[in-house]
Amino acid sequence: MGSFLDAQLRLSRGTFALDAALGAERGEILALLGPNGAGKSTALRALAGLVPLEDGHVRVDGRDETTTPVEQRPIGMVFQDYLLFPHMSALDNVAFGPRCQGAGRAEARERAAGLLEHLGLAEHAGARPGRLSGGQAQRVALARALAVRPRLLLLDEPMAALDASTRVEVRARLRHWLEGFEGATVLVTHDPLDAMVLADRIAVVEGGRVVQQGTPTEVARRPRTAYVARLVGLNLFRGTAEGTTVTLDTLGEEETVEVRLPAPAEGPALVAFPPRAVALYSEPPHGSPRNVWRVRVDGVERFGDQVRVHLAGPPDLAADVSPAAVAELGLVRGQTVWAGVKAAEVESYGA
Amino acid sequence: MTTASPATPAAPGRRRLRARSGRPPWILVVPALAAVAFLVLPFAGLLVSAPWPDMGERLRDPEVLSALWLSLTTATAATVVSLLLGVPLAWLLARTEFPGRRLVRALVTVPLVIPPVVGGVALLLVLGRNGILGTHLDTWFGITIPFTTAAVVMAQVFVAMPFLVISVEGSLRGADRRYEEAAATLGASRTTVFTRVTLPMVLPGIAAGAVLCWARALGEFGATITFAGNFPGTTQTMPLAVYMAMQRDPEAAVVLSLVLLLVSLAVLVTLRERWVNA
Repeated sequence: MGSFLDAQLRLSRGTFALDAALGAERGEILALLGPNGAGKSTALRALAGLVPLEDGHVRVDGRDETTTPVEQRPIGMVFQDYLLFPHMSALDNVAFGPRCQGAGRAEARERAAGLLEHLGLAEHAGARPGRLSGGQAQRVALARALAVRPRLLLLDEPMAALDASTRVEVRARLRHWLEGFEGATVLVTHDPLDAMVLADRIAVVEGGRVVQQGTPTEVARRPRTAYVARLVGLNLFRGTAEGTTVTLDTLGEEETVEVRLPAPAEGPALVAFPPRAVALYSEPPHGSPRNVWRVRVDGVERFGDQVRVHLAGPPDLAADVSPAAVAELGLVRGQTVWAGVKAAEVESYGA
Repeated sequence: MTTASPATPAAPGRRRLRARSGRPPWILVVPALAAVAFLVLPFAGLLVSAPWPDMGERLRDPEVLSALWLSLTTATAATVVSLLLGVPLAWLLARTEFPGRRLVRALVTVPLVIPPVVGGVALLLVLGRNGILGTHLDTWFGITIPFTTAAVVMAQVFVAMPFLVISVEGSLRGADRRYEEAAATLGASRTTVFTRVTLPMVLPGIAAGAVLCWARALGEFGATITFAGNFPGTTQTMPLAVYMAMQRDPEAAVVLSLVLLLVSLAVLVTLRERWVNA
């Protein structure tokens, strides 16, 4: 838990309830990752003071900002569709914040011009937002948010309004632009790639709650919910460990499924392995793989240069195999195959 | 991948291809044409029956000119007053919650539905020399409002401001409030948000409301004649002059009406191009 930003956000709106504890260190980028409607944006708006908390607190740099009005919070915010003021030039948009904070016209414009130049927008300073491309508008919005010298920078789906090719470029550069920023950054995204590339820490938000927090590596390697597992492309199961065997929780299924582990463990456990670790056989295999399940092919789809095979179990899982293997096995929907995973490929951690 | 090629412009004179949507149905076209005829024919009548030979002489009549001048200045003054008072009122109605807000909105629209004469009577009862407030104004400050040019403006504000308030409130409600939130996150106080973000963004709506307000003020008759009287030069605006002329010299009424029509059209067309379609 971070100490620079320390927030406990509790509020409800109709049937939706948000209850999230968020933290970040100075200079850290925290990504709120989650599906649409999970409450990520609401959490961001609560940090900004745009929606009132029912309970909890927001502390930034040791100061309690829970009841501070929006305009006096030490924040800068980049909105999903930027919300650049359409009647002002890019420069005036960026100079707006400093002016509101009491800077003189010349000083505000100077600071704005400096930021625009830093973000490579010097030649667009006089342009109205309507004449800027999506990527340029996003940079102006970032400059505008940074111009108020915030201690907490809030980015709401900063990539969502960009087209795919711009997104790749911006994702790479955004981290660079944020490097000199001395406060904490909270970034909302539903794209795991954004979170993995940009963030130092990830908080996975589902149903108004933080279901997992950790570094991108931790989240990617040890997902705690089916949603995260799907995002990072892992097969994930919940069960109970005893020695080197995990018995999976069966959801009303009569058959019990066991997964063998490379190392012993005890108690409730999560088990994860990547689809590429799954090998498929048309006959029960002998020898090396220690986990073998009889499954049925549920679907086959192209996935990069591999083929992803969806298998109905128990356990239900995904396997990535080469197109050649698909041809060799003659995989079709409904066919019965054996799926094998080496114990060494299985990652198990406490549930 | 396909290579980008410059778009080929359509050959001149070639018909654009568009999906056929069929003929407009007569059940809509016939009433629409009837509406146009009903609204336009009376003006054609004005043009036909105008005394064109001595038009120039009649137009130089000082009484016509002073009525026209009075109408234009009072309607403009009424619009300015309505803007100064009505825009803040519209903001309060659209952006704040206060007890009785619905009631206030209902009351504000009352002048739209009551006959203007009734408004004039009400103004007289309150601000007349013996009225509830008028007595005090007279005894304490020596101010009498009724039957002055100021009364003309007040009567016009009374009937025209609701148009402005409703129009501006509508555009404030229609404006994207997230821009105001963005301004707040940048440190803007509510006053700054209003003057630097909200106001510029709803300017077209305010302009449209002001045009409507001005047009209504220009045509104001009932409240004016009741509250301000009918004194040439000080309170006799164009509509009053038309009405008076109709009693003694119908041709003069036609001339005055034409002048009023042309001036209003000219102003509305100019403003429309400048603002409303902006």
